[in-house]
Amino acid sequence: MELPLLHLALVGTPNSGKTSLFNALTGSRQKVANYPGVTVERKEGFFVTPLGRQVSVVDLPGTYSLRGRSPDEEITRDFVLGKASGETVPDLVLCVADSTNLRLTIRLLLELKRTGRPMVLVLNMFDIAARRGITVDVERLAKELGLPVVTSIAVRRGGTANLLKLTDEISAKLAAEAEASSWRALSVSELRATQREADRIIADCVSLPARPDTWTARIDAVVLHPVGGLVVLTLILFVMFQAVFAWAQPAMDLLKSGFDALGELVQATLPDGLLQSFLQNGVISGVGSVIVFLPQIILIFLFILLLEDFGYMARAAFLMDRIMGGAGLHGRAFIPLLSSFACAIPGIMATRVIDNKRDRLTTILIAPLMTCSARIPVYTLIISAFIPAKDVWGFINLQGLVMFGLYAAGIASALVVSFLIKFFMLRDFAPAPFMLELPDYKMPRLKSIAIGIYTRAKMFLVRAGTTIFSMMVLIWFLASFPQPPAGATEPAIEFSLAAMIGKALEPLLAPVGFNWQIAVALIPGMAAREVAVAALGTVYAIEGGKEAAEQIGQVLATKWSLATALSMLAWYIFAPQCASTLAVIRRETGSWAWMAVTFTYMLVLAYAASLLTYNVAVALGAG
Amino acid sequence: MTDTNDTRPHMPLGLAQRGYTGVIQHLSAREAGSALSDIELESRLIELGFVEGARVEVLHEGLVGRDPIAVRVDSITIAVRRREAMAVIVA
Ligand SMILES: Nc1nc2c(ncn2[C@@H]2O[C@H](COP(=O)(O)OP(=O)(O)OP(=O)(O)O)[C@@H](O)[C@H]2O)c(=O)[nH]1
Ligand SMILES: [Mg+2]
Repeated sequence: MELPLLHLALVGTPNSGKTSLFNALTGSRQKVANYPGVTVERKEGFFVTPLGRQVSVVDLPGTYSLRGRSPDEEITRDFVLGKASGETVPDLVLCVADSTNLRLTIRLLLELKRTGRPMVLVLNMFDIAARRGITVDVERLAKELGLPVVTSIAVRRGGTANLLKLTDEISAKLAAEAEASSWRALSVSELRATQREADRIIADCVSLPARPDTWTARIDAVVLHPVGGLVVLTLILFVMFQAVFAWAQPAMDLLKSGFDALGELVQATLPDGLLQSFLQNGVISGVGSVIVFLPQIILIFLFILLLEDFGYMARAAFLMDRIMGGAGLHGRAFIPLLSSFACAIPGIMATRVIDNKRDRLTTILIAPLMTCSARIPVYTLIISAFIPAKDVWGFINLQGLVMFGLYAAGIASALVVSFLIKFFMLRDFAPAPFMLELPDYKMPRLKSIAIGIYTRAKMFLVRAGTTIFSMMVLIWFLASFPQPPAGATEPAIEFSLAAMIGKALEPLLAPVGFNWQIAVALIPGMAAREVAVAALGTVYAIEGGKEAAEQIGQVLATKWSLATALSMLAWYIFAPQCASTLAVIRRETGSWAWMAVTFTYMLVLAYAASLLTYNVAVALGAG
Repeated sequence: MTDTNDTRPHMPLGLAQRGYTGVIQHLSAREAGSALSDIELESRLIELGFVEGARVEVLHEGLVGRDPIAVRVDSITIAVRRREAMAVIVA
């Protein structure tokens, strides 16, 4: 008889390695990082035990208790208690512990026992415990707790063998009817008693050398120094943005010449006509101009992934807590906001760790102001076309400096908006507490960084191949039809639908210095920010004919004034040019109204910023 | 090393300087003036390991108002604001 699917659930304190274990068991690539609160969703995966039992395992957000204080913790509570609608309660709960730090997990485990679910304690990160000289009397611990205990090393090949073996043993004799749950939220005195009991068990079964992680202490002495720490943080961010500009250049040049060669090949082999124009102007000039930015995107992700895996993020939140507090932001908001530099979508999801509703909402509203990686193509294109690549003060690249300035402008405006929200709408609330575990530093793991970058690069390329490509087809079509009448002397694009649309919108955008070509690019750019670059590439390629098919940057430099370019940069700091971000805001706030608010306030800011920039620049003679 | 016998005066952890080491005597959420209710604050502190008898050491403090503080609680490091740390009475 085929045995029914066995349902496992991974529960444990934050940062204990649940997702690492999930990935090891199921071969998935869910996000793992060294700070509490990485996982904010429920994820199911499947595997087969050595004895052939089919297993479903669910990864859950980390939690210190079943009280469910924030949206992510509620997910875990509801799943464990079987409250989530349409979900089966797990047959077996794997309580995952960081072996170097058992106090909080054992207390959680004692609480979990009351749910009546069969349970196993997984002593994960056993390698680190062994290295530090922590010894655990596993048998005794199992006896004291009254449940099976296994050790595991989630990040090492074969590190889950014990767990797999145990799963087989347990699944063979799992009672059909589990005990009924007697769980209810613990009172303070029960909590205290549970922690005492946990401490007693640990004292009996675990021997700790009086040797904390000296590396962590040494690094923290610098990184968490009140002044030094902020200097280090600024330096890290500065190097990150400089690097995105300077280090990615060779790889970008290579990609660019690759696409140029491809364009020439198409031109040389295909006869003049619509097909040639489609491939050359629509695909290569359009999609190609976006793909060129892959190296920069990889680089920014590399930086963020390294910081996350190393364990720096929680420190940055610590350093920024009071500073952001001045702007009405919660310290826990820092990590979501920093991840928004990569993309606002995971950033907005990550706000689930913020338990205070108003703090969370504020963070969601300003997350899109953080300069996400999709803005990089727009910024880079304009900067390299208009800002000279000279050094200031001998060592700082001016282009990198402008880039840094744009990031800084994004951050500053986010702080101002947050301050205004606090001031006008959510006045008079006491600051919610900030309590965050600072995990020990870990050496970033090459494999997980590589996987992280691979996933991101793939996402970017898939987007280029789908969203951006289809937008490009549309734009190419609009820019190519209707074809000019015979004997027309102006460029063909002047007769196209795109020109008609763009020119209809031009009066609206003229005050901020945008011409009709930009107007055409901005509309499909609502789907995704990079589309604007691709759209400009296509529009100018069709307009300029064969010579202009490549080198969109040079074309811009001749067609736009500096004031227009600066105005465009200002526009992109604010403009709500991303449909998926808006959709996530709608989902996470559960309200169309907040989505509309975000869209409107960003659009208004964008227009105002561009208006100001353009007019000041014109007044200064850059028109 | 620290002297943790009964002769040391009790004080809230929220007033401790960097480098302070001591042992938690009891929790007193009422004195903290946190945005959380007393019960909620106390529960959270216990959940992060702030229970009677735990050894604490103030490792780091922030720049603005020396806040928040990073506290070693037995084997882990927790960042808390001084306002909430006022609820933890140490000696
Ligand atoms: N050395 C070692 N590192 C591990 C082990 N398991 C996990 N890690 C590391 O511990 C950190 C946290 O791992 P995650 O899997 O993200 O932890 P989590 O429990 O899912 O965390 P949350 O989702 O925040 O609750 C990462 O840096 C992992 O690389 C292990 O067995 N040994
Ligand atoms: Mg996780």
